Amino acid sequence: MSVEMAELQKKNGIPPIQFGEEVSGAETLLRCLILEQVEYIFGYPGGAVLPIYDSLYGSYFKHILTRHEQGAIHAADGYARATGKPGVCIATSGPGATNLVTGIATAQMDSVPLVCITGNVAQSLIGTDAFQEANITGITIPITKHSYFVRDIRDLPRIVKEAFHIATTGRPGPVLIDIPKDVANAKAPFTYPDKVEIRGYRASLVPSDEEVQGFVKAVSEAKRPVILAGGGIIAAQAEKELRDFAEKTRIPVINTFMGLGGFSGTHELSLAMPGMHGNYTANQALLNADCVIGLGARFDDRITMGRTKEFAPKARIVHVDIDPAELGKNVETAVTVAGDVKSTLAKAIPLAKACDSEAWISQLKEWQEQYPYKYKKDGDVLKPQAVIELLYNSTDGEAIVTTDVGQHQMWTAQYYKFKHPRSFISSGGLGTMGFGFPAAIGAQIAHPDRTVISVVGDGGFQMTNQELAIVSQYNIPVKVAIVNNQCLGMVRQWQELFYDNRYSQIDLTCSPDFVKLAEAYGVKGLRASTPEEAEAVWAEALAHDGPVVVDFRVAQEENVYPMVASGNTLDQMELGDD
Amino acid sequence: MQQHTISVLVNDQPGVLTRVATLFGQRGFNIDSITVGGTEEQGLSRMIISTGGDDRQINQLMKQLHKLIDVISVTNLSENPFVSRELALIKVTASPSQLAELNGIVEPFRAAIVDVGPSSLIVQVTGDTEKIDALLVLLQSYGVIELTRTGAVAMARSIVPATAAATV
Repeated sequence: MSVEMAELQKKNGIPPIQFGEEVSGAETLLRCLILEQVEYIFGYPGGAVLPIYDSLYGSYFKHILTRHEQGAIHAADGYARATGKPGVCIATSGPGATNLVTGIATAQMDSVPLVCITGNVAQSLIGTDAFQEANITGITIPITKHSYFVRDIRDLPRIVKEAFHIATTGRPGPVLIDIPKDVANAKAPFTYPDKVEIRGYRASLVPSDEEVQGFVKAVSEAKRPVILAGGGIIAAQAEKELRDFAEKTRIPVINTFMGLGGFSGTHELSLAMPGMHGNYTANQALLNADCVIGLGARFDDRITMGRTKEFAPKARIVHVDIDPAELGKNVETAVTVAGDVKSTLAKAIPLAKACDSEAWISQLKEWQEQYPYKYKKDGDVLKPQAVIELLYNSTDGEAIVTTDVGQHQMWTAQYYKFKHPRSFISSGGLGTMGFGFPAAIGAQIAHPDRTVISVVGDGGFQMTNQELAIVSQYNIPVKVAIVNNQCLGMVRQWQELFYDNRYSQIDLTCSPDFVKLAEAYGVKGLRASTPEEAEAVWAEALAHDGPVVVDFRVAQEENVYPMVASGNTLDQMELGDD
Repeated sequence: MQQHTISVLVNDQPGVLTRVATLFGQRGFNIDSITVGGTEEQGLSRMIISTGGDDRQINQLMKQLHKLIDVISVTNLSENPFVSRELALIKVTASPSQLAELNGIVEPFRAAIVDVGPSSLIVQVTGDTEKIDALLVLLQSYGVIELTRTGAVAMARSIVPATAAATV
């Protein structure tokens, strides 16, 4: 063991680890997790992982027992997104493992570092359709960055070391380790490798000087440039480099949905979010730019609308991404840099100079003033957008906000101006309902002193609301803000616009009384139906030292605008009726 | 759409073929043929995959393949001169009396009759895809009962140093 590791253990009160001592596979796993500096494990026990849970008994780890494996993995995901450290979850074989599938796919789509540990039946039973057997490595091949089935206890330390390395380096992602019960029970002398050697795996990509010079040259020639800053800014911790680069070159920055907070939404060069529910200025910027600089953004179809020929039609596209497969995948590019955004920008900043972009910036400012996000206020009716504005104003934009998927998610992205990276946590790629609340639990565990708000819809919340037990049991002070329009709002909006108001199966009026539901779990519940009540109730929620569920009863018929309908291009934008 | 022959060096481990095949399915590519076997180095296998696509699609496919942790290297053999061979066994309707006649057909192809039965015989042929197709056309007039082909194994020609071949 290295001297640093010994010191770290001493400092953090981690128990000393005896190398060479004969221990079980389960104990081996936990020792490896300690050496990977894991602090929290989110999980749910079962037969096949009993050896691991037995080793956990009385151990150093803080284990969070969720009420469903989906809650465990979304919480691990929220923890990872809030910290940048890998999230760790454990589930048993069969149904325990398959309950992780949605969470694994969510993490894969949003490039979140997770290490998912599943138990499996003993190898003598593998392939016999044994009780609670599932081929989880097979099931998850398309949705993991990599996965392992451990056949021999002697491979386990190397596999754990590799799993953490793969999950956290390059383009981050989820890695699954499936451990059959006989391996967890087997015994071997404990070892842990110092280094990872995976042939063919490129963990980091620092661009060459020539590539960076080509990038700077392409950018400096532009007169109407715009940066499209994606989740890669946050993953690479490149927010400072992005700010310095944008300020020095005078290039305005559009934050993609995944990139919100990677560049402060209150910065004078910020153009906020583009795409389907993005704002007018950001979309006009893409339509009129002569150079679009994608930084850690993958040109998702919610931005290009899948109409890639009509996307940014006047622009040369410059693309920097750590994943070479993203370059040229969705849009045609003029200049590409296969590299990590942070090192690319760090190399580019000394070479860069200001673009001749002031006329362009003034034009964008004019549009911003003319077409801000707006909604119609309506006396005593509580508008959902007003709820988000209230959350923003009451926290000065300093909270960590998680969301589910749907209208409330888009309003949050629009009306909460995120200033810091890792402060907006939402399922962007997969669009997972039920994600927001457990993710908030993980984020709050990572940051016990920060305000963590989980903005959820009445639909999504009911997919994982059993995790109220967790916030109650561990007194995790998450503030749940239900934007309750008593229906599946985004589906209703699409049915109104594209299906002739045929509201098929979206009625959620028969939901539980969320205040009583919270109280049933021992959590404070509050309700507001007017703007005035909302202010008072929210102040009470923020002042409460513990978890709170606030049921905001909002106008049902409200739609998310602006909107670019599916199949249309960014210039076909509906601004809404007000 | 152009035909491409991709050589993929992978770890020789259970599940690696599934990962590669899954990637093709997931990304919407078709595998026309795939062969897998040992290499000059223990612990590694080489897959030769024939697939179709334009340059952009093949470029994307190669990058996606390279993202798999078990993939060591990916080479598009079609970009340079390469040797490609496949093996076919063809069961043809024929009586022993037709043996000489059939020998006359298969000989120019350097194929061989490797099994003779009362009413059928088996022809073994190796070569590039076109050669096997050509022999098949000739044998079809006798009636082909059963056909099995390996798909191509391939290698860059020696005149092009292996390191100069385009790799991702």
